[in-house]
Amino acid sequence: MLRYALMRLVGAIPTLFLVVLVAFLMVRAAPGGPFDTERVLPPEVAANIERAYHLDESLPQQFQRYLFGVMRGDFGPSFRYSDYTVAELVRGAMPVSVRLGILAMILALIVGVAAGLLAALRRNTVTDRIVSAIAMTGVSIPVIVIGPLLVLFFAVQLGWLPAGWSGGRGASRWVMPVIALALPQIAFIARITRSSMIEVLESEFIRTARAQGLATASIIRYHAMKPAMLPLLSYLGPAIVGIVTGAIVVEQIFGIPGLGRLFVQGAQNRDFTLVLGLVILYATLIIVLNLIVDLLYGVIDPRVRRT
Amino acid sequence: MALIALLVLVAGITLLVEELPEVPPPPLSVLNRSLATEPESLDPHKVRTKQAGDVLRDIGEGLTGYTESGELIGTGAERWEISEDGLTYRFFLRPDARWSTGDAVTAEDYVYSFRRLIDPATAAFFAEVLIDVENAAAIISGDAPPEALGAEATGEFELTVRLARRVPYFLSLLTNPAAYPVHAESVRKYGEAYARAGNLPSNGAYKLGNWVIGSVIELVRNDMYRENANTAIDAVNHHVVTDGVAELNRYRAGELDITSNVPPEAFAEVRRERPGELRVSPYLSVYFYGFNLTRPPFRDNAALRKALSMAIDREELVEKITGRGEQAAYGWVPPGVHDYEPRQFFYASLDKEEREAAAVRMYNEAGYGRDQPAEIELRYNTADVTQRIALAIQAMWRDVLGLEVKLINEEQQVLLSNIRAMQVTQVFRLAWTGDYNDANSFLYLFRSDSPSNLFGYRNEEFDVLLEQAANQTDPTRRRFFLEEADRVLLSDHPVIPIYFYVSKHLVSPRVRGWGDNVLDYHYSQYLSLAAKP
Repeated sequence: MLRYALMRLVGAIPTLFLVVLVAFLMVRAAPGGPFDTERVLPPEVAANIERAYHLDESLPQQFQRYLFGVMRGDFGPSFRYSDYTVAELVRGAMPVSVRLGILAMILALIVGVAAGLLAALRRNTVTDRIVSAIAMTGVSIPVIVIGPLLVLFFAVQLGWLPAGWSGGRGASRWVMPVIALALPQIAFIARITRSSMIEVLESEFIRTARAQGLATASIIRYHAMKPAMLPLLSYLGPAIVGIVTGAIVVEQIFGIPGLGRLFVQGAQNRDFTLVLGLVILYATLIIVLNLIVDLLYGVIDPRVRRT
Repeated sequence: MALIALLVLVAGITLLVEELPEVPPPPLSVLNRSLATEPESLDPHKVRTKQAGDVLRDIGEGLTGYTESGELIGTGAERWEISEDGLTYRFFLRPDARWSTGDAVTAEDYVYSFRRLIDPATAAFFAEVLIDVENAAAIISGDAPPEALGAEATGEFELTVRLARRVPYFLSLLTNPAAYPVHAESVRKYGEAYARAGNLPSNGAYKLGNWVIGSVIELVRNDMYRENANTAIDAVNHHVVTDGVAELNRYRAGELDITSNVPPEAFAEVRRERPGELRVSPYLSVYFYGFNLTRPPFRDNAALRKALSMAIDREELVEKITGRGEQAAYGWVPPGVHDYEPRQFFYASLDKEEREAAAVRMYNEAGYGRDQPAEIELRYNTADVTQRIALAIQAMWRDVLGLEVKLINEEQQVLLSNIRAMQVTQVFRLAWTGDYNDANSFLYLFRSDSPSNLFGYRNEEFDVLLEQAANQTDPTRRRFFLEEADRVLLSDHPVIPIYFYVSKHLVSPRVRGWGDNVLDYHYSQYLSLAAKP
C-alpha cells in the first residue's frame, strides 16, 4: 500500500507541473495588471515598479524564474500585499481555513449520517419525508443565500452571534460559518446515507440476520453500518472539494481571513503570485486528499486493495 | 463506529477549545470602522489605495494635513515660508513631534523619507507626489542619485524643499500619506518587514497593534503623540468588509460605528430607518463616459460628442438609478473644490425639451440622423449600477437621437487595459477622484503629456492655460486661468460627465466630532465616543 501511495504521489508531479503552467498562462492571459488603476502612472514610475516585480522580463523568463522559485519553496512576494510573501500570507490564512473546513466536515458527517439513518429506518413515514425535504432544501439553496440569512437572524435580529469574523472573539464567531458551510454537505450526506442504508437493509444477508432473530439495533450496528458507509466514503472526496470551494464563498460572506478570501481578492487584484501559489496549494490538497480517500476505501473494503 | 464518533467529537472540541479563551479586553474607548478594500501595505511609500491612506492618516502625519471639516493645516510642520518665486518652501517642524519609539521627528527624517519615496529601488506607486521637487524626475528615471533631491535639513527642525517648477497646490500634495516620514533606523533594521506590527513606528495619534490580513487592522493609542492629551479614543479597529450588505449588517448588529459606504439596494430603507445616522456629503469624484479621440467616429467630431452628452437626462439618472444624493454633472470639476467656480456646459440651463432638441440639431450637424444613425459601442465595467446606467443611457440615445448603441460590459481590469490601449474603445465608463482639494487635480489629466489622459485629448490652448495657471503667484489670477482652461475643455467635450459622487456613511449616534468634507477623510483622532447606551 505504501508503494501504491508513493506511486500515486510521484505520478502527481507532472499533473502539478501542468497545473502550474496552465494557471500561469491563464493568470497572464487575463488582461490588466496588478498595478493598473484609473490613475495612469508616469512611465518612469511604472517602469520602476515593473522592474521591481520582474514584469519587464519576457513571459518564458518569468515562468522559469517562478518555477525555479517554487522548486526551492519560494513562491515569491505578493503583488498586492507588498510587505508579505505569498508563503507568509498562506501560512497565516491556512490554519483558519483548515479549522473551518474540519469543523464543517465533522458537523456535516455527524448530522448528515444521523439524519440519513433516521430517514432510512423510518422509511416512508413523516420523519422520512421531513428529513428528505430538509435535505432537498439544503442541496438547492446556495450558501450565498443561507449565509446572509443566518447573519440577519442570529446577529442582527437576535444579537446572539457576531455578524462578521472580526466582530467577535472565541468560539462564537465559528458557529454561523461552520453551519453555512456544512449545510449543503449535510444534505448530500443525509441523502446518500439514507439510500445506501435502505439498499443494504433490503439485501439478502440482512434478511438472513433478521431471520436468525438478531435485534434491529445490532443488525444495524454490526452488519448494515459498514457496507452502508461505503458510498459515503467515496463521496468524501467530492465533499472535501465541496467544502474547500464552499469556503471561498463562506469566507467572503463572514469576512473570515482564510485561503478562500485570499484567492478571490487575489484574482480581483491580479495578484499573480498569490493566485498561482494558491492554485498549487489547492491542486496539491485535492490530489493528496483524493489519495487518502482511496486508501481509506481499501481499509474498509478489502476487495479494493487487490486491484 | 463508537470509536470514530468519539474521535470526531474530541477533534471538534480541541479545535474549538483553542479559540475559547474569551477574555474581554478592558472597556477602553474603542472605535470600530470599516474599509471597503484592504490596504496593500502600511508603509507610506508602498501604498496605492485610498483605504491604505485612511489607516495611515491614523498612524502617521506629514507636514500638512486636514481638519475634520477638510481645511488644510500644518500637522508635522508648525508653519512654513514660501519664497517670492514660489519655488522654495521652508518648513518649521514641531519640536514636540515624536515617534512612538520616543525619538523626535526631525528634518532629517523627512529628507530620508522623501529620498526613499522617489528612489527607483523603492518603486513607490505615489512617487509622483514629489515629482516636481528639484531633480526628482531625474532620480525617478535613474539618472541621478536620490541624494540629489531638492530637499535638505537646514536645521534639526527646519526643512527646505526646492521645486523645479511652481506647484501652487504643493501644500495639498504633502497631505498625501506618501509624503509622510518613515523612521529611518527602523527601515534599515527591518527592511522588507518594516511595516509590520511590532516593527512599524508611528508619528500619528495611533500605532499599529495587530494586522490580521483579510480581517482587521487594530490600532492602539500612541502615547508619544504630541496631541495625545487631546485624543479621545483609545483604540481603533479598521475592519476589512468588502461586501456592502455584510457591512450594513455588521453596523446593524452594533459591530461597526462607522461604515465606509451604504449599499445602493438598501439606501432607501436606511434613510427611512436611520435618517439621523446617515451622512451624505459631496465628494471630489466624478462618474463619466470618456471618448477615444484617437479614432473615428469621435476623432475630430465634437458635434457628435456634444449630441450624445446633451441627449442624456442626468437628473433622471441620479433620481431613479443612483438615488443617493448624487448631483447631475454639467461640468468636469465637482462643486466644493477649494477656491474655484467650476464651469458648466452651455446646455446646463436648458430644460429637457430644449436640450433634447438641441441634441438632435447637433447630431444632424455631425452628419447623422434617424435614417443614418451613428454606430457606437459603449464599454463599461461589470457592476450593477454601471449596468443600469448604461441601459438607461442606451434608451435615452435611442429615444432622442434614434441611434442604437452597442453595450459591452467588461471586468474592471479588462476595461482598463482596453482603455489604455486606445484600439477598440469608443465610449467608455470611468470615474475620477481628486487627490487633493484643487481644480488642478481634475484638470491636469487632460494635459497632452498627462499619463492619465486616456482620451487622446490634445489642445495646445488648454495646455498653455494650465501652464499659465501654474505660473501665477496671485491666487485670483491662477483661478482665472484654471477656469479658462476648464471652459476650453468643456467646449471640446472630450468626456461626458454624468454625475458627481457623494460620500455615504452610517455613523453611530455615539460617535462625536464627525465632520463632512469633500475629500471624505475622517481622522479617528478627531472623534470621540459617547458611552454605550
